[in-house]
Amino acid sequence: MFTLGDLVQPENLETAYQILSDKRNNTILGGCAFLKMGSKRIGTAIDLSTLNLRYIHETDGFIEIGGMTTLREIETHTLLKEYFNGVLPKSVREIIGVQFRNTVTVGASVFAKYGFSDLITALLVLDTDVELYKGGRMPLADFLKKPKEKDILVRLWIKMDNCKATYLNLRNSASDYSVLNVAVSKLDDQWTIVVGSRPRRAAIASNASAALSKGNLSDTDIEGAAQKAAEELSFGTNMRGTADYRKALCKVLVKRAIMEVKACR
Amino acid sequence: MKKVGMKSVGQSIRKVDGMAIATGKPVYTQDLAMRHALVVKILRSPHAFAKIISIDVSRAEKLEGVECILTYKDVPKGRFTLAGQSYPEPSPYDRLILDEIVRYVGDEVAIIAAVDEKTALQAMKKIKVAYEVLEPVLDFEQAIGHATIVHPEEDLHVNFDIGLQKAQNIASSWKEEVGDVEEEFKQCSVVVEDVYYPQAQAHAMMETYRAFTYLDHTGRLVVVTSTQIPFHVRRQLARALQLPASKVRVLKPRIGGGFGGKQTGCVEAFAGIITLKTGKPALIIYDRQETFSCTTSRHAMRLKARVGADQEGIIRAIDLEVLSDTGAYGEHAATVLSCVGHYTLPLYNKTRAVRFTGNAVYTNKMPAGAFRGYGATQGTFALESTVNKLAEKLGMDPTEIRLKNISKEGETFLTGQGVLLGSSSLDRCIEKGKEMIGWKDKFPCREIGNNKVRAVGMAITMQGSGIANIGTASAEIRLNDDGNFTLLTGATDMGTGCDTILSQMAAEILEIPMETIVLIAGDTDTSPYDPGSYASSTTYVAGAAVIKAAKELKDKILEQGAKFLGVSLKDVEMDGLVVRTVSGDEEMSLAKIAELTILGTGNLQLVGYATQGCEVSPPPYVAGFAEVEVDQETGKVELIDYVAVVDCGTVINPNLARIQAEGGIVQGIGMALYEQVNYNDLGKMATNSFMQYKIPCRKDVGKVRIAFEESYEPTGPFGAKSIGEVVANTPSPAIAHAVYNAVGVRVNHLPITPEKVFLGRQKL
Amino acid sequence: MQITLTINDKLVTWDVEKDEILADTLRSHGLLSVKKACETSCCGLCTVWVEDKSVLSCNILSVRVHSKKVTTIEGVPKEAEEFARVLTAEGSEQCGFCSPGFIMNVLAMKHELVNPSEEEIIHYLTGNLCRCTGYMGQLRAVKTFLGVL
Repeated sequence: MFTLGDLVQPENLETAYQILSDKRNNTILGGCAFLKMGSKRIGTAIDLSTLNLRYIHETDGFIEIGGMTTLREIETHTLLKEYFNGVLPKSVREIIGVQFRNTVTVGASVFAKYGFSDLITALLVLDTDVELYKGGRMPLADFLKKPKEKDILVRLWIKMDNCKATYLNLRNSASDYSVLNVAVSKLDDQWTIVVGSRPRRAAIASNASAALSKGNLSDTDIEGAAQKAAEELSFGTNMRGTADYRKALCKVLVKRAIMEVKACR
Repeated sequence: MKKVGMKSVGQSIRKVDGMAIATGKPVYTQDLAMRHALVVKILRSPHAFAKIISIDVSRAEKLEGVECILTYKDVPKGRFTLAGQSYPEPSPYDRLILDEIVRYVGDEVAIIAAVDEKTALQAMKKIKVAYEVLEPVLDFEQAIGHATIVHPEEDLHVNFDIGLQKAQNIASSWKEEVGDVEEEFKQCSVVVEDVYYPQAQAHAMMETYRAFTYLDHTGRLVVVTSTQIPFHVRRQLARALQLPASKVRVLKPRIGGGFGGKQTGCVEAFAGIITLKTGKPALIIYDRQETFSCTTSRHAMRLKARVGADQEGIIRAIDLEVLSDTGAYGEHAATVLSCVGHYTLPLYNKTRAVRFTGNAVYTNKMPAGAFRGYGATQGTFALESTVNKLAEKLGMDPTEIRLKNISKEGETFLTGQGVLLGSSSLDRCIEKGKEMIGWKDKFPCREIGNNKVRAVGMAITMQGSGIANIGTASAEIRLNDDGNFTLLTGATDMGTGCDTILSQMAAEILEIPMETIVLIAGDTDTSPYDPGSYASSTTYVAGAAVIKAAKELKDKILEQGAKFLGVSLKDVEMDGLVVRTVSGDEEMSLAKIAELTILGTGNLQLVGYATQGCEVSPPPYVAGFAEVEVDQETGKVELIDYVAVVDCGTVINPNLARIQAEGGIVQGIGMALYEQVNYNDLGKMATNSFMQYKIPCRKDVGKVRIAFEESYEPTGPFGAKSIGEVVANTPSPAIAHAVYNAVGVRVNHLPITPEKVFLGRQKL
Repeated sequence: MQITLTINDKLVTWDVEKDEILADTLRSHGLLSVKKACETSCCGLCTVWVEDKSVLSCNILSVRVHSKKVTTIEGVPKEAEEFARVLTAEGSEQCGFCSPGFIMNVLAMKHELVNPSEEEIIHYLTGNLCRCTGYMGQLRAVKTFLGVL
């Protein structure tokens, strides 16, 4: 359990960012699920829950998701069920339980860049931007590559295109972290293949995605893309699985995900 | 006595404490603790094996709010055991409250008592310990003859020979042989063997270990604890704290599960010694991490099973060779080991020779203890998997080979010493299970497309009911002045519902409504002696005592009733809350009888009392059937259906029996598929939270269906046998069998994870 | 720090530490139905409602429920007892330690879902672990309670 020196609920983002930058151990509070498992000594904890950052709505052809939106809201919101074959609800619905998802926030999940994150994998196959207070708006892929830096994840922007997508994973047991997760999307002729929980965090298999986009979507093409994805990405060993198994799983799950998207209307 | 027409027994009666606990009434240990009790925390060893060179608590003691800090220098020096076993315990006295030598990562180093948790934890950080780190023995397969000796101490004591050889790290040895197995194997047409590794499953009961202690108005130590064994705890504390047992009172309130974990003493001595030293109430609560890594678990084992049969499939020889990992302390080492053979070999009685040999070894890991099934679980996994292998080799249906070989009612078995099986419906259990799972159509497997294949597997198991010639229970039942009854037992209800079951039995005998009985249990001051809830004893042994006591009271009531009605004894009968003449023309209420006997001229409170042991331990049986769906490309095993058909004799309370079965099966499913135990290279347990150690959640379980095939056990209360443990044993072998039938992969190291299945397929 | 909240329909002002978690605060104010059984937000036993939604009181800082509505099982006695009667009629409360959190989540589900299928029921209740019952009896009780076949 963490300890706090002080806790503030700033009235605007500017103040929030100011306090965050003030001291090294000042921290933004998300759902606190992960913070609670450590023993961080927080100077000032910053609670953003009064800043109206909990919402999902349509804005100018984008789905705008506030940083304090819970995973349960991602799971149940009609807009997210309708778009992209419901890939976002699919990615979060198996995480622990309803009570857990009612407290955990999108902002914390994405900002922390967790390796095991199912949500990041799904977001990465869509046209997703993150909007940081200081860093501004940038594609999720760029954000994931950025070195760690203090900032506030204010909202996500997802383009409302007619992208078809799916999300698959394998868990050793239903409430466990994924041994591996996979998302695949198709927008017109452009395919995107993402693999996460490798156990490292989600990454785009760009060669595989490019190859698939150029091909005819024959069985050979699909198997080839899956094989490429397994070869171009790196996998690791931990308590939940070995690198070799993850690599083999990658082939299987990517192939299945591509077949699923291929069949999507 | 047949079950037809019984009013209480055989009814699915709601548990007497059900509504209160379901709606969150404050009736558990922590709820009852005094508000300002000192909070007790434990400083633990970071090393698997070490000697404390120096320990300095001076800075910690100075912290405001710290009341007392104890190290190995401040505690009594006499070794004891924490085993919940009848005295003299078949357990090494290898513990001290705090020892200079620490024997596993998490072993206790200092006890800290402070006004609140925050202070206690701050104080813990200020304690300075210097260790001489020693080479641990972490691999139980390397323990015998290892250079490191876990328990070299001179004062290591055993009450009688259990095969302890401390220089070899052997806590206990066991050997049992009837006939000449090697000769018999030579005669067999087919011999199969294999090696199995069941894991050190964690109980993961929802209420972690906790106790609070205080000194009462006469200076006695009162211990309120979440335990299955109040009387054993009292004895342990008396020895550990060097007090007469009469100065200790142990109380068990409502507890949140045990499954055997609470059949070993745990936190009581720490809170107890703080109360003795400070005079103040003390409360200790283990968090989930401590519960996973600093208490006890199932014994991990290596079992080599060899089974030989003739061409017709009659099993003629069985040989079991066991290595059991008892961890740093040996509470249940000997008894769990012996139960591996004890509760497996009697299944098949056409054998001409059987042999069981085993060693339980010390290692520098968290101790193993008692866990539902108690050796039978591990033994069943090994033996039943091997019998399934035998069936395949012979080209026989696995259910057929069981039906050909199982011991039947009225028969004896090689290791049975002539005792005849009083009851068994195992054959009917197997037939019924076959039908329910659809065995004929599904065995062994069928492809269902999309790289998925479905298959079925099965296993049988037995257990005991109480411990023959050792387990005893006493019960007392009183008719009170208001015409209601008080039933006193020592049985400990850990949620299973024995408080309710025992009341049902008393109500049945006395022919009274259950609502007129108040059951009091779990207080060493007032309860009659009972070993506690383990060895599947409450229904069979405590039940028998309750029936005997109730009968005695009934006779006395009838005698008094006859006297007051002015008729002879043969002319009266009990009917609800009255004693009436057989002719029906006169009656007297029990309330009136009580008034006249207790308050009036009778000078006699009517009481029934009985102590009951058991000369036999009649086995309950389960036939378990699993249907799985295996993904051939990923190795993921989905459990589609599990059927368990149970013979527990007469079913006293169908709902409670069914829940016991379902709960036990699901624990078995967890052991088979999901519950992984991992240690790092330095002996630290990595799977020490619900995040890492995955007990089954709702979605992991599929369908579990239970049926009962009642037999009638002549020695059992109303014909009942036990059910508590036997239900945990079939899932591992049945599911492993189904997985093999699906994809040809035998996973003998539990749990069966997708990766293991996948790797197995690669090797084919 | 002082927080003002509505707890079980009663407006109160409580003193809390800034890093105090809601489960501890509730217990310290006599709401002993709230149980803690893990440190990793995995088990669901600490389930209470904040603004009528099921949450884990073990990972919510008490300061964050300032001016919010919090409900424990003590605050919904009639509804809780109604379901508890069904649960106990099945014998599926067993040790009872997971029951209050389970009942709170079942009631929340009843308020949120209309005619849920078995799959939806199982999905909603997944976050409530139980070690005693094997979940079958709980499902039977929920189905009976909801009048679902």
